[in-house]
This record gives sequence, C-alpha cells and structure tokens, in this order.
Amino acid sequence: MPSPAFHAPDTVEGVVALLSGDPTARPLGGGTDLIVQMRSGRIAPGAVVDLKRIAALSGVRREGDVFVIGAATRCTALKDNADLCAAWPGVVEAANLIGSVQVRNRATMAGNLCNASPAADSVPALVAAGATCVVAGPAGTREVAVQDIPVSPGKTSLASGEFVVEFRLPARGARAGDAYLRSIPRTEMDIAVVGVGANLDLDAEGTCTAARIALGAVAPTVVLVEAAGAALVGTKLDDGALSAMVEAVTAACAPIDDKRGTVAYRKAMAGVLAKRTVQIAAERAGAKA
Amino acid sequence: MNAPEKIETFRHIGTRPVRPDGVDKVTGKALYGTDFKAPGMLWGAILRSPHPHARILSIDTRAAEKLAGVKAVATGKDLPTLESLVMHVGEGASDIVDISHNCLAFDKVLYEGHPVAAVAAITPELAREAAALISVEYEVLPHVLGLEEALADDAPLIREPAKGGTGETPSNVAMDVTMGRGEVEAALSGAAVVVEGRYTMEPVHQGYIEPHACVASWNGDGQAQIWCSSQGHFMVRSLTASVLAIPQSDIRVTPLEIGGGFGGKTTVYLEPVAMILSRKSGRPVRLGMSREDVFRATGPAPGAIIDVRLGADADGTLVAAEVTFKYHSGAFAANDAGAGVSSAIGHYRIANTRVSGIEVLCNRPAAKAYRAPGAPQVNFAVESAMDELAIRLGMDPLELRMKNAARPGDLQTSGLPWGEIGWMQCLEAAKAHPHWSAPLGPNQGRGIAGGYWGNYGGPSTVNLSVAEDGTFTVATGSPDIGGSRASMAIMAAEVLEVPYEQVRCVVADTSSIGLSFVTGGSRTTFATGMATVEAAREVKRLLCERAARTWQVPAQHVEWRDGHAVCTSGERQGSKMSAAQVAGSSLHSGGPVTATSALSAQGWLPGFGFHICDVEVDQETGHVSIVRYTAVQDVGRAIHADYVEGQIQGGVAQGIGWALNETYIYNKDGKLENPGFLDYRMPVASDMPMIDTVMVEVPNPVHPYGVKGVGEVPIVPPLAAVANAVRAATGKRMRSLPMSPDKVHAALHGEG
Ligand SMILES: Cc1cc2nc3c(=O)[nH]c(=O)nc-3n(C[C@H](O)[C@H](O)[C@H](O)COP(=O)(O)OP(=O)(O)OC[C@H]3O[C@@H](n4cnc5c(N)ncnc54)[C@H](O)[C@@H]3O)c2cc1C
Repeated sequence: MPSPAFHAPDTVEGVVALLSGDPTARPLGGGTDLIVQMRSGRIAPGAVVDLKRIAALSGVRREGDVFVIGAATRCTALKDNADLCAAWPGVVEAANLIGSVQVRNRATMAGNLCNASPAADSVPALVAAGATCVVAGPAGTREVAVQDIPVSPGKTSLASGEFVVEFRLPARGARAGDAYLRSIPRTEMDIAVVGVGANLDLDAEGTCTAARIALGAVAPTVVLVEAAGAALVGTKLDDGALSAMVEAVTAACAPIDDKRGTVAYRKAMAGVLAKRTVQIAAERAGAKA
Repeated sequence: MNAPEKIETFRHIGTRPVRPDGVDKVTGKALYGTDFKAPGMLWGAILRSPHPHARILSIDTRAAEKLAGVKAVATGKDLPTLESLVMHVGEGASDIVDISHNCLAFDKVLYEGHPVAAVAAITPELAREAAALISVEYEVLPHVLGLEEALADDAPLIREPAKGGTGETPSNVAMDVTMGRGEVEAALSGAAVVVEGRYTMEPVHQGYIEPHACVASWNGDGQAQIWCSSQGHFMVRSLTASVLAIPQSDIRVTPLEIGGGFGGKTTVYLEPVAMILSRKSGRPVRLGMSREDVFRATGPAPGAIIDVRLGADADGTLVAAEVTFKYHSGAFAANDAGAGVSSAIGHYRIANTRVSGIEVLCNRPAAKAYRAPGAPQVNFAVESAMDELAIRLGMDPLELRMKNAARPGDLQTSGLPWGEIGWMQCLEAAKAHPHWSAPLGPNQGRGIAGGYWGNYGGPSTVNLSVAEDGTFTVATGSPDIGGSRASMAIMAAEVLEVPYEQVRCVVADTSSIGLSFVTGGSRTTFATGMATVEAAREVKRLLCERAARTWQVPAQHVEWRDGHAVCTSGERQGSKMSAAQVAGSSLHSGGPVTATSALSAQGWLPGFGFHICDVEVDQETGHVSIVRYTAVQDVGRAIHADYVEGQIQGGVAQGIGWALNETYIYNKDGKLENPGFLDYRMPVASDMPMIDTVMVEVPNPVHPYGVKGVGEVPIVPPLAAVANAVRAATGKRMRSLPMSPDKVHAALHGEG
C-alpha cells in the first residue's frame, strides 16, 4: 500500500480545494471506518483530509431552537451537551451505541452517514429526527435531508469535492420525543441486524400530531417509512395504531438473507423494535399510558 | 471465596500473590510472538488458497523473485519428502506428513486459506506484494464441508486412497472409536423411560487474542534459532525438526509470552516455513498471521452431529446409554473422537453403555485441540438429554444426577475404575449453594449441567538453582499460560519455607532445560508442579548437606526448618544457616546448589464440574441473557486461588460464547464468511454476568499438594447448562448450537 498524503487544512474551503484536486481523496473524521478499510486493502485513497483541525466543525451549538452539530464532533461529545440530550435523546443514544467507548471517542455521525453502510446506527435516528446536513463543495453550500445522502451500500450522493460540514436538528414542540433501538446478537460491539428510529410530536391531549419512523439494515439504504408515521398521526398510540404502524414497517422491509440475519428474522425484528421504539419515544414525549 | 476450611495448613498454597510476569504484561513490555525482532530480519508473507479443494497444477514464482527487495520464495517442493511418522508431542498425535502438508500444500489444497507459497522480503509491504505476484494454476475439485455430505458414497475424497489399495473402501472417515459394555438395546427396550435426540453444531474457534507469529534464523552450519509463542517450545522443536528432517539439537526454540492458546497452539503452522525462507535468504525471517489467517487456517474445534439415547427406570436409575457422534476432522486427521468417547457419559453409573465416535475429513482447516478437546460437544448432547429425562420422570434434575453420579471405584466408559474424584462433592456443594434455591424472575429459567475432563501428567523438567544471596530461580520448560510461574514459585516457596518473592520462575528455552510437554491437557500445575516440588526438596536436602559439611556434623543432624538449615543434635545443636549463608560460601562448601527434576508425572486425576445457569429470554426477539452463573468444580487443591477461579471463569465465558453466538459460517463456495471478531461473535464483557466460582477441594493423593488439573473442565458443562436454562425459560429445547437470537426466535415463533 503506497502511503497516502495526509492533509489537515484549517478551513472548509481548504478541504473543498483538496477534495476537488484529487478525486480519490477522502475526508477523515474519526477514521474508524476509513482507516480500517485502508488497512484491509479495500480502498486506497491518494490522500486523506482530516476535518478535526477546523474548530467550527467540532461541537454542538444552538441557532435559536435548531441544534447544529459539527461534522467532526465525536459521538461521546454529544453526551456532554445536556440540552441536546434533553431534546434529542434518541439521536444521542444512537450515536453512542456505535462500537465501544474507544470507538466512540473517535467516531463521528458524519462518518457514520458518509460511510453509507445500511446498518449505520446513527442514521435512522437522524432521519427520524428530520435532520438535514449542510454540504460544502466547489459550488458553495447546500442543505440536504440526511436520508438523501446514502444512495447504495458504500455510495453517497455527494459530488466530487463535496463533504458534510454539519447536521441541523429542527426545532420541535414541547411534547416531543425520539428513540432508537437496534437488534444485535451481542450486547455491544456488533453490527445492527435491524435498527429503528422513531420521533413523535404529541399535542396537549396526547394525540400524535407528527411521527417519523426510519429503519436501518433492512434495505440498501436507510428507509423512512412514511406509512408507519401516518398510521400513528391522529391517534393516541393505542394498540390498533401500533399494529397498523408495525404492519407498515414490516411491509417496508426489503432485507437480504446473509450471515448477519435472515429475511424472516429481520422483518420480525423491525416490527418488534418499531413498537418498542415508538413506546419509548411516546414516554419521552410525555404520553399518558 | 467458598473454599472449604483447610485441614492442612500452608504458608503459600492457596494464597493469591501477584504474578511475577504481571508488571511486564500490564505495562506492555512483555514480548509476545509478534513483538520479537532480530537484526537483519526479513518479513515473510504467505500466499493462501482461494479454493476449498483443488489440485495445484503449477506455481510460477518468477515475477515474485524478480521484485527488488525479495530475498526468498518457497513452495511445498522446498520441504523434504517424509515417511509417515506419528508423533505424540502436541495435544494428541499427529503425522508429520500431515503437518508438513498443512504448513505448505504439496499437490492439493484442502481448504480455503491453505498455504501454497511463501516469500521473504525487506519490508512487509513488499512481501505481500510479492506473494500476490505468485501465480498458481489450480484444477478446482468438488468440495465438501458437512459431516453427512462428507460421508455420502459420492462425496469427494479428501485423502487420496492409499496406493495399491488397502482392501477397505476409501472414505472420509479418519478415526473411529467405540467403548462400552453390557446389552444396550435390551436395556433400552426394558427401560421405563427412554429419551432420544440429535444434537448439532458447527465448528468454533479457540479465539486466542494473539495471532500466531514466529522468527526463524537458520545458519549455513545447520544450527537454527526460533522465537515464537506456543503452548510448548519443545513441541515446536520436535515438529519443526521432523518436518525439515534435521536434528532436534540443531534448533533452539526460545519461548515468547503467549497471548492465549486454549489448545490451538499445540502444533506448528509457520515455523518450518520461516526456517525454509531463512535458509534460502541467509537472514532471520518473520512470519505472522492476520486474524483472518487465524480463522481460515488454524484449528477450530470440530462441529458435530450427536445422537443420544438414555434409558432409566421409573425411579430415575439410569439403565442404558447410547451415544453416537460424528466430528469434523477438517483437512487432516484430528484427535477429538477418543476424548469425546471417554468424556461422554462416564460421570454416571450405567450398566449398559455404548459410545462411539468418528472423525470426518472435509474441506475445512484441520481441527485442533480446544480446551477439553472433544468433550463439550458430546456433553451438550448428554446433559441436555439428562434434563429431558428429568422432565419426563418428573424428577428434580439435580436429584437425578445425584442418584446416578459415579463415585470413586465406579467404572469409567473405558472400563477402568475412577480414582479419588470429587463429582459427588460438587453436586452436594451445588445443592447447598444459595443460587440453587434462589427465586427466578419473569421470562427466566434455570439450567444445570455437569461434566468432566480426564486431565494429564507426562514429561516435565525443572531446574531449581540457588543464587549467592540465597534467592531461588525455578526454570521450567512449560510456557506460562494461566499463571504457572506464580504457581511454581508458590510450590517451591512452600517446600523451602521461604517468602514467595524469594523464588522467581522463568520459562527456559529448549537448549537450557530438559524436555517438557506442551502446556495442555491441564497438566502443567500438576506435572511441572511435581517436578518443581521434587527439585525444591532436593535443593533443600543439598542445603542441609552443605550446612552439615560446614559445621562438620553428620548430615542426618541437619534439618531444614523455617527457611534455614538447623543443627538438631550434637555440639552444634541449635546452629542455623540461611540459604544465603550456605549459597554464599558454596565455593568452599561443595559448589553451587542446584537440582534438576526430570519426570513423567503419573497419577493425574480427572476434574469434575457442575454449573448452574439462569437465563432471561426476550420472547419477542429471541435474545438470551445470562443473568446468573455459578460454576462448582473439584480443583484438587488450589495452588494460586485467583488463577484457579480465573480458569473456571474463562472456561465458562468460552462455553457461553459457544452456546450463544459463536459459529463458523461458510458460503456455498466453501469460503469462510466470518473470519473476524465482528461476525465471529465471541462474547463481549457486557454479555457476561459475574461468574461465581465454588472451589471444592478433594486433593489428589498422588500429588504433593493435591493438585488436579483445572483449566479444561469449566468449558464442558456451559453448553448444556445454557440450553437447559433456555428450555426452562421458554419450554423449547434447543438442540442446535449456537442459540443465537434468530434461532431462538424461530424456535419460539416458527420459521418465517
Ligand atoms: C470496532 C468497531 C465497531 C463499530 N461498531 C459500529 C456500530 O456499532 N454501529 C455503527 O453504525 N458503526 C460501527 N462501526 C463503524 C464506524 O465506527 C462508524 O460508522 C463511525 O460512525 C464512522 O465515523 P468516523 O468519524 O470514524 O468515520 P471515518 O472512518 O472517518 O469516515 C467514514 C467514511 O465517511 C467519510 N467521511 C467522514 N467524514 C465525512 C464528512 N464530514 N463528509 C463526507 N464524508 C465524510 C470518509 O471519507 C469515509 O469514507 C464500528 C467500527 C469499528 C472499528
């Protein structure tokens, strides 16, 4: 393996220039996917461009009611922001299910997203949250929904020279909650067989006014199951609504049989976890049982 | 904890001092297999077969040889042609022809990952690049992985039929062992209750953290050095010398620290190849495996198909047992069937028994010993069947086991009587343990299982020498895997009646100490311990003799008391000399004080264990959590209590992994799909409860301190203990391992 060039620019423009100059160059977040893939010989980029020197790319800030998370923010650092944890516990938990503490001390949600694994843990939670990302590139910046970044396993919609600068989590009402659960054979250090993110808004009576359910590892990319959300809206999350939601989730699954799980098991787990995830999100939103 | 009160009182036996190798290990200074580097060393790389079964038509190494920086290339043709010779130096016997062909394929590759060629170059990158430049022309042959498929009449044959024919129909059966007595069929047909079932599992890997690695340096004068980590450097010496057809004394093997072996490091894979590359290049050569190499090409424990029938009278008395199993042998003959047969049902008194097992060749890496090799598989079947029998009889499963438990003097499956075994004491300790009567929560179930392992003794050499200041050095030939340096120091200090820190223990290389068998078969604390005690007693005798000479009194007037030579009668009565005083004047009192004990330890006894496991099953996901686990074991006598408990906990952890998630997954092309820790799912720390251990001490009367081997027994019962707990929690009997969430879910909700 010829050793790649290592760059650590200190501006967003510097990153764009380096990425544009070498189409094989890759942004480096925590490197917990990138370095592993380089060492195994699966990829051989000509250069890696470290994002962590750019101060503005690390950390969580508020813009009004919107949370902005820099692309180079470590997963464990999300837990240090109490406001973020209170508003988006599902997103913070999803990012903090990745690997082990050591892995999470390096890993970023942007790397998780741009690695484009169908099983990436933080992605269903971000999609359920309705998060967007700001993408910088040679033509300036644009804002894209998180679910529009991955296009197939290992591939993103980012154009040459583009990279993710930050995530934006929208403002939300007082009675809102999110959650993320995954199915893995062990208790940690494992890859999701199925992952489910749920995000709910309730009104004062406990009626669901908005719901987003997103699935990981059951299709080539994350799936936002609009029918599942629709099955909950206007209900008080009674058993009938939950069953309809589970049915929509199961119908939206298009998993494969592989060493990590069978089609039948993945579908069954998507339903089980969707129900549990919605119940946790509802509890967080303050629903009365 | 829980150790019974000691009748005898000891200074050091049973205590928990810090291990002498601890600081090096926790500070990262210890030299493991991959850490060693020699001046001028080259880096080796191995080209491995992409096919599970193929004939090698040609190997073209020219492009690799031309690459600048490449210093040697080797293929199977560089190894000498050998006559078949079965050697008993690892855990079980192996034919050196098989070992040679496993190191570098000769005319056929027999599994994906089988080494085909090797190179040595000035950097690791160049070596890998050169290996990729070697082109091999294969004729791909049909392959076979499954036990029943490999036994079918039209199965591809792994082993070429013997030339000229032996009269027997060629097949993939590599070994066939049967033991038993009585009239099994008649007894089963007369039994009040009969349970029967088929139990299955795929191979699992030992999962040691340290991949295999070595450095070899072979000089023009024929003398060579090898530095490697293994379970026995004498095994490395004799196998490497035999494969290369050179004298053993020309090879000096220096043992490095070992990062786990569990039976898997009782053979050679790399050393003969590194030697060839070194001879060709004239430089020391390092070879190491990646984790993928380890999974693809080193010994898994065999998978199995096991059929069990148990018959009992209405009062629960076992009247007959029939166990028939097939184990994977992999590409070459393995050694698990014999131990599997003798480890199946010998823990019960049964008048009519037949246990038979075969090993089946197939296109997988050659099976290797894994902690109680051959026992956990068959125990899973038998102890699951015992659970089923208890349910059918409406009997408490622990009472059923107590009723039928073998006692000293009862016959083993082999027909030999059991010696001083502590099986009944284990059952009694389990019954008295609070875990046995603790309440269970919702979705929880409790399972129990008992098992045993024969253990071993055999050759060990120990040299014990006294420094001028009266401190002691114990040199053994036994690699320290589970804390044996500490245990040897404890036993020597006990004999010499000196502080533990006054005795240091090292593992000496093959040219510095006499022959010692592998650290395997749970033999080291027993056998090497016996040699240590014998050497310490001789040193004590010598110290007394030297003191007598100094005092000019008859030798019988001097005794060793409390770490000193003491004159017990005559004019000098009451005179004392410490080891330092004797050794410090050794120039004048008869020379350096040192003693060697070289023995083949006999009189080893088996170990028995009994486990209680509570699980909680998530009925919706099929996820099994182990919520409480207690392992009771007869340990003979614990020399270093921490390391005995550690062995028990480690064995249980591996057994739980085997039960819940570990398994080899091959695709239809015969390629391994999970050669890494992500998809080969060993348990992680958060999967484990605290494993409570209860040490029952029924001393071995033959050993000076009562030692019985403890390392292997604890992996035997967990498979069935977990399965029986899952049965209790869900009503479903899991007869196929692993009990991964998808399989438990399918059992609970039906497939698809
Ligand atoms: C032991 C271990 C366990 C793991 N367990 C899990 C797990 O449980 N769940 C899970 O989902 N993942 C897991 N992973 C995978 C990995 O840790 C995660 O995907 C992690 O979030 C990747 O983040 P990173 O910052 O390290 O990405 P990097 O490795 O730095 O980057 C990953 C990819 O994204 C690109 N990239 C990085 N940042 C950007 C950006 N801002 N814009 C555009 N492209 C970018 C890189 O070029 C690269 O292609 C595990 C990995 C390891 C080694």
